[in-house]
Amino acid sequence: MAEEVTGRNAMPVQDPKARVKNFHEVALGYTKEQALLEGARCRQCKKKPCSNGCPVGVDIPAFIALVKEGDFLGAAQKIKESNNLPAICGRVCPQEEQCEKHCILGKKHEPVAIGRLERFVADYERTAGPAAGSSGAVPTGKKVAVVGSGPSGLTVAADLTKLGYQVTVFEALHDPGGVLVYGIPEFRLPKEIVRAEIANVSKLGAEVLVDSVIGKIQSVDELLADGFEAVYVGTGAGLPNFMNIPGESLSGVYSANEFLTRTNLMKAYLFPDYDTPIKVGKRVAVIGGGNVAMDSARCALRLGAAEVCIVYRRSGQEMPARREEAEHAIEEGVHLNLLTSPVRIIGNSDGWVEALECIRFELGEPDESGRRRPVKIAGSEFTIPMDTVIMAIGNSPNPLISKTTPDLQTGRHGVLVADPATGATTKQGVYAGGDIVTGAATVISAMGAGKRAAAAIDRYLMRERSALISSTKPS
Amino acid sequence: MYRIIERQDLTPTIKLMKVVAPAIARKAQAGQFIILRLHGHAERIPLTVADYDRDGGTITIVFQIVGKSTEELATLKEGDSILNFAGPLGEPSEIDNYGTVVCIGGGVGVAPIFPITRALRQAGNRIISIIGARSADLLFYESEMRSVSDRLQVVTDDGSKGQQGLVTDALGEILKSGAQVDLVFAIGPVPMMRAVAELTKKHAIRTIVSLNPVMVDGTGMCGGCRVSVGGTSKFACVDGPDFDAHQVDFEELQMRQRTYRKEEQAANEHYHQCACGRG
Repeated sequence: MAEEVTGRNAMPVQDPKARVKNFHEVALGYTKEQALLEGARCRQCKKKPCSNGCPVGVDIPAFIALVKEGDFLGAAQKIKESNNLPAICGRVCPQEEQCEKHCILGKKHEPVAIGRLERFVADYERTAGPAAGSSGAVPTGKKVAVVGSGPSGLTVAADLTKLGYQVTVFEALHDPGGVLVYGIPEFRLPKEIVRAEIANVSKLGAEVLVDSVIGKIQSVDELLADGFEAVYVGTGAGLPNFMNIPGESLSGVYSANEFLTRTNLMKAYLFPDYDTPIKVGKRVAVIGGGNVAMDSARCALRLGAAEVCIVYRRSGQEMPARREEAEHAIEEGVHLNLLTSPVRIIGNSDGWVEALECIRFELGEPDESGRRRPVKIAGSEFTIPMDTVIMAIGNSPNPLISKTTPDLQTGRHGVLVADPATGATTKQGVYAGGDIVTGAATVISAMGAGKRAAAAIDRYLMRERSALISSTKPS
Repeated sequence: MYRIIERQDLTPTIKLMKVVAPAIARKAQAGQFIILRLHGHAERIPLTVADYDRDGGTITIVFQIVGKSTEELATLKEGDSILNFAGPLGEPSEIDNYGTVVCIGGGVGVAPIFPITRALRQAGNRIISIIGARSADLLFYESEMRSVSDRLQVVTDDGSKGQQGLVTDALGEILKSGAQVDLVFAIGPVPMMRAVAELTKKHAIRTIVSLNPVMVDGTGMCGGCRVSVGGTSKFACVDGPDFDAHQVDFEELQMRQRTYRKEEQAANEHYHQCACGRG
């Protein structure tokens, strides 16, 4: 007889009408009771299909078993064996594409809400748990440099510090965290949580230096000459892409990077208490269909826009945004203009955006990505009045490192060439991972790359040391 | 924290500060810039490097009080510190032996033209410099510029020092005299650089300008500093700040510079209200 399966427990959220007026977190997290109920839904499968879907291989059934027992601190420790940033991953991972996609319950019912449970135990530990201490690892006496303090760099720093390496993280901006602080908005990932997670990495023993633009202040070669025996490059997909359509230089056109950096890193939503301004008109169009587009649209609403639309050239099904983000955006009143793409941006005589001319698309045959290719409908151009246009059509790798490190091989669009299994680049002792290698992807895939690279760097440095020991041994 | 070890009032509104930043001082080259942030609520301010001292480990910045942030920066004294200081950003100026170079600095632009002029002189160029200001009391770096120039011409709008007129008047005379000029390097307000570019274009003399558009991160990430150069979009922070003046769309640059004018005013009012409340 089939066991009765309950639906997954909803997570409380701020009311859409209230939340579009503030930058506080939208999703409020499970209570203890909700976590226990949700944990009880897990079947504890022996084969752990969920863990296989996790880019960093968290032992999901094991942590949920501890949740079931009410041992939330134990559950947090279990996650941290393979994931150093659970409070962040619980909030921003696309679980429906990863762990939860493989949950056995999902075949007939709703999968276990693994992401919500991960978030709950991480938050529980942060507020109630013991303070993290130093790693207690035996020092290897070896120094490793990590360039970039985003999710992959922080993962490498934490993992190598735990193994006894002396790690220095170089961050170009004034706050560490990379995309976690400049890109993902406060209402989706409170910066207090990012700061706490970075503080944990520092407590383990890693040194985090801000204002340090590697490629300018020091090159990778200089780091290697300066006593760092390995360098990990996790500099992200920094450069914003534009469409190269007329009008992109008008005032009122932003790259999503600029729009989000002003809002999140520089706190323009608190202007003039914070000095950095931002201009949001009444009508805002966000071009693109990913998480960055959703974040931009939802920030625009909170900054006072009356109408915000997403302009995306494929259909809703192809939209790459995390499902929950798209749902939240729609609840908040973001309008979707699908199968549509801008042709040009029209300005007034002062150089400000006035209107957006678009064209409609229809779906044709599948393209190389497996998604149906959007095809222009001739003569379907139309113009809508617009004040602000935000380009969220992706980023290209930042060339600061590749330009100043001649023997690092680059690939398509300037990404660094690195072995996906180890992160090893074409230059000895230099590893890379995250968006700088893959192009813009997710926080968790960058962390996965960081984990593999940290293990590879450890093997590389240990092998080198044993080789050194054996070569200096008297025969 | 980055300590200020020297502060000078070059003019009533233009200040000089020497800031301890040894790692940046080791690498800085003429034409590059830094970004500083005063405190936790402050914006990121890009400023071209006015000088560097590799042995002393300092970077010299020169700035004009134009709004809230620069006014606040000007309140700092010797011994005070700046929270964040990053650089050296941007590509260095292309220093080579071109022959005869005219180096033009207008207003606060005299500060960044100085290290470029010095580097060009050291590379063997014959240097004719033109520095300009609205009036004598707003002029600075005259002796510094003289020390790195074969000839220095001073112009002021009101004639209170040197020749009366604009830097372009002085440049026009040099060009009219038939002197061989192989390159013009100009830094100053956008309308000045634009006027220089229009003049040298007529004479087909290669001209470089250093642009300082609206910018946030300064590392290529935000794209706010995009300028149209030769019909393509360039990021001043990573592709520049130096560009071929004859290719720059100055009209567009001037419009983009005005994007935050209202907010700049609001910030200024807010600052003065708060300052009065405290005072």
